[in-house]
Amino acid sequence: MAIAKILGIETEYGVAGGPDHDPTTASSIIVNAYAQQGRSRINWDFNDESPGTDARGIVGGGALAPMIETHLANTVLTNGARLYVDHAHPEYSAPECATPAEAALFDQAGEEVMRRALQVANETLPAELAITLYKNNSDGKGNSYGTHENYLVEREVEFSAVVRAMVPHFVSRQVVVGAGKVGWETEFASGADPQFQLSARAEFFEEVVGLETTLKRPIINTRDEPHCDAERFRRLHVICGDANMSPVATLVKLGSTALLLAALEDDGANQFPAPPLRPVRAIRDYSFDPGLSTVHEDENGRRRSAWDYQDELWTLAERYVRRRGGEVVAPASQVEEILRHWREMLDGVRDDPDSVADRVDWAAKRRIVEGYRERYRLEPRDARLRAIDLQYHDLRRDKSLAARVGLRALHGEEEIRRAVAHPPTSTRAYFRGECVSRYPDAIVSANWDSLVFDVGQGPLQRIPMMDPTRGTEALVGALLADNPTARALVDALNG
Amino acid sequence: MTEQERIQKQRTERTREESDDVSVVAKKGEQLKGELDDLLDEIDSVLEENAEEFVRNYVQKGGQ
Repeated sequence: MAIAKILGIETEYGVAGGPDHDPTTASSIIVNAYAQQGRSRINWDFNDESPGTDARGIVGGGALAPMIETHLANTVLTNGARLYVDHAHPEYSAPECATPAEAALFDQAGEEVMRRALQVANETLPAELAITLYKNNSDGKGNSYGTHENYLVEREVEFSAVVRAMVPHFVSRQVVVGAGKVGWETEFASGADPQFQLSARAEFFEEVVGLETTLKRPIINTRDEPHCDAERFRRLHVICGDANMSPVATLVKLGSTALLLAALEDDGANQFPAPPLRPVRAIRDYSFDPGLSTVHEDENGRRRSAWDYQDELWTLAERYVRRRGGEVVAPASQVEEILRHWREMLDGVRDDPDSVADRVDWAAKRRIVEGYRERYRLEPRDARLRAIDLQYHDLRRDKSLAARVGLRALHGEEEIRRAVAHPPTSTRAYFRGECVSRYPDAIVSANWDSLVFDVGQGPLQRIPMMDPTRGTEALVGALLADNPTARALVDALNG
Repeated sequence: MTEQERIQKQRTERTREESDDVSVVAKKGEQLKGELDDLLDEIDSVLEENAEEFVRNYVQKGGQ
């Protein structure tokens, strides 16, 4: 049976500038700038991290466990998010949310966190060392960095069923939620030589299933690190998505994926269209063709374009909602909104991509790239077109092109500001964020599934949070209000 | 009527409405083009001046 689709997005931001142009230094400056505003000085606790655990069980050689940097800037925010330096990027891991719209809100709050950090950092740096941040996925030179989604999935669903059911969506959803890219940057695209792609990230994928995230990236990542009760839950870690500037695209990316996962949990993998025979080729080939006519064959010899897959998957999701309701994903009105946008964006990219340039990132980007190219009669590889691509994702309001193309808003400025400081009320992130906010001096460390308190006497106290659906405002709001000190809270919890 | 038929019908009706008045469509097209021109002017005013150098200097290693 389908379970609540707790979900969230973690984003590695592109970073330029800073002392010696060193990205790790610049990333640390960004994270520390935000932390030193007094918002949070609490350390991240690595006790329960095991990113090398594989969902397929024991896997023979060939895939190395990812390396974890443990000594770089790392903090937890009052909105329940984690802000830290991952490899050579500042990363914002949004708090766990209960619905796609909420997760889209906290993704936007992440942009605002980075924008504020940038402002504080640049006030202390000489102008020539000013840092800039980009919410994108590659540097145009073959280096990519991730925007990862996470979804809570019932443990009972076989991992092979997740692969069978979800590969079609992951190779084709770029038709509506791809961020677009001018040109190409890996050997895999050299043959096709696309001038414009649907997805920034697609050409970097080399495997169908695997544990890696930095080399030989797989379409389905098998990292089995649920950050909660592993007997009951899986965390599906999706690494093949693009960073969206369009809030509606973020909503549809999360909402479509969550609905399909719920349909899988309730009704199994057989209802899903068969995956393409060559998924890695498919995700790339589809990306290389904004004309949407490229087809790939499945095991039964049936040929589908990415659009055909999305059309079938939309119908599957819509039927699921009609039959069973979509309450595990979101309240009915939000589920309707997700289905409506998904359908309109899908029809729009087929009939006239410009008509959905207010919601589809690749269409918005292509519209200005093509417009600019025609105005100045530029070659497809002109640096100005690649500059437009890069600057579409620039976080600075006075430079951002995404802020100028007329993308439809999902949440108001006030709501986003609130989400920068306050956690979602609907998951355990509420407990984490509120504790960081109320008892900052008593929390020694925090991570996704526990908080460690030092209440001034006796041993440190670890408070586990193994169920992401608990720790909500409804469940712990009164408890927090009744206990103004950390010691009183811990005593009450140990009651 | 099945759900699929209903959607098909909606789409057909929408297409019919849209093609009813060609002058409205043409006017909308001009308006969109004007908007794009304004947008491109704005892009000209904020785009990094030395695009070649700007793009060349943007290098990101060590990402997931």
